[in-house]
Amino acid sequence: MDARNLRAAFVIDRRDNVATALEALEPGWIPLRGEADAAEAEALEPIPAGHKLALRDIAEGEAVVKYGVRIGIATQAIRRGSWVHLHVMRSAYDERSSHLDVRTGAPKDTLYE
Amino acid sequence: MESRALCNVTWRGYVRSDGRKGIRNRVLVVYTVKCAEHVALRIAGKCGHPEVEAVGFDGCTDNQYAVDLLIALIRHPNVGAVLAVGLGCEYVQPDRLAAVARGAGKPAEWLSIQREGGTAKSIEKGVAWVHSALKALKDVPRTAMGFSDLMVGAECGGSDFTSGLAGNVVVGRFFDQLVDAGGTAIFEEIVEAVGLDGYLLSRAAHDRARAELRAAYDKMIDYCRSVRQYSVSPGNFAGGLTTIEEKSMGAVIKSGTRPIQGVIRVSEPPRGKGLWLLDSVPDPHWMQFGITNPNDSEGLMDLISCGAQLVFLVTGRGSVVGSAVAPCVKITGNRETFSRMSDDMDFDASPALTGDCSMDALAGSLVRLVAKVCGGAPSRAEALGHREFYIPYKYQDRRCACGKEEQ
Repeated sequence: MDARNLRAAFVIDRRDNVATALEALEPGWIPLRGEADAAEAEALEPIPAGHKLALRDIAEGEAVVKYGVRIGIATQAIRRGSWVHLHVMRSAYDERSSHLDVRTGAPKDTLYE
Repeated sequence: MESRALCNVTWRGYVRSDGRKGIRNRVLVVYTVKCAEHVALRIAGKCGHPEVEAVGFDGCTDNQYAVDLLIALIRHPNVGAVLAVGLGCEYVQPDRLAAVARGAGKPAEWLSIQREGGTAKSIEKGVAWVHSALKALKDVPRTAMGFSDLMVGAECGGSDFTSGLAGNVVVGRFFDQLVDAGGTAIFEEIVEAVGLDGYLLSRAAHDRARAELRAAYDKMIDYCRSVRQYSVSPGNFAGGLTTIEEKSMGAVIKSGTRPIQGVIRVSEPPRGKGLWLLDSVPDPHWMQFGITNPNDSEGLMDLISCGAQLVFLVTGRGSVVGSAVAPCVKITGNRETFSRMSDDMDFDASPALTGDCSMDALAGSLVRLVAKVCGGAPSRAEALGHREFYIPYKYQDRRCACGKEEQ
């Protein structure tokens, strides 16, 4: 199978305002798969594999929608094309996850010495 | 269309005296305390037959939840005969377990290692009995069996972003077809349904199911709040899942789209056909004993205890486990995992992500694979000898999931 087949972002539901990177994506135009309205979306920054790309501008306090449901709340304005993760959104339930390292997911609230 | 196609598929199953049908004809060697484990494992190992396997409970003090689980496995339609092996001074009673098996019309025997005179004599007697049971099981009546006779359970483990995009999605499509064909589907992991109460309730088949879903959801949220921990890990975040809500929807999507008939608890058979949610969270006054799902093997065992003849384990990062009693079919949506661990993986759902195959076509392939395994072809885990089980101390009241005492 052609390795380039995964250079794309996947949209699960038409109501979604984010798409998932199927592999690590560099800035530029990215083909969209799944239930996408458009053929392509532009990434403004690198998107790690499995992470989310904003499909439109999302205001602070607005719901981030994936699978057609709210998966969290924007903690600041998110520009279309940017990387959507712990640094710009939070869970409505799990307070602890807002304190994790944005790259590694490692906890920063547990002391080791 | 698809469900009609399922209706025409049949294989040869095993008929049990309660009318249920199995897809395997296992001899189960059940130990009743850790002290009897070695003898039980040696009996099963010495027989060297793919239909002979051991399970057991480690504690000397008994636990109603664990005994109910052992009984559910003994009565399971994939099990044809039972040998209970005890040390002789523990709480769990091997003679009572053998009586349960006989009551279900299955050849059964029990032995006490102390009474038999130790390890070697117990193993010798056990092996001889299992050989006689294997002979007797050749006479179990066979019958045509189809998807309407089948109960399938699903859970996920070692999830990554592909699980919610492909692996769990293809299971959801399969479940829709199974339910439409008159079969039964069970999904679990209510701890991974955070924020989805409205969504789950909107899928309730009727008021009773709605009340059960509400109660199970509220219990789970109370539990997570009280321990300040949700079912999401650093690896999940690093892999791109940002919130427990996101991980939850990726997990719940394996339930497909059909109405949810209600909530069952561990060792409780569904009260009818269709789609059911399994609640394995400890009950409130026992929550201090914590840990809802200690590992994947426990989750698979829970699904099997409700009567599932076959289970799916959806993985992203990779898993190798199988299960005692029911074949485990492993599915991944991660192409790299599938090629790296191809000996262990049964099904590759990644073509839905690369655009090489539609999700409906993939679900069709999964239907064919399930029919093959039901007909006797070993799953990858079975072929590799995986027969994991995990029966912990846990506390769930013996009442229906809506919170009322059982009549």
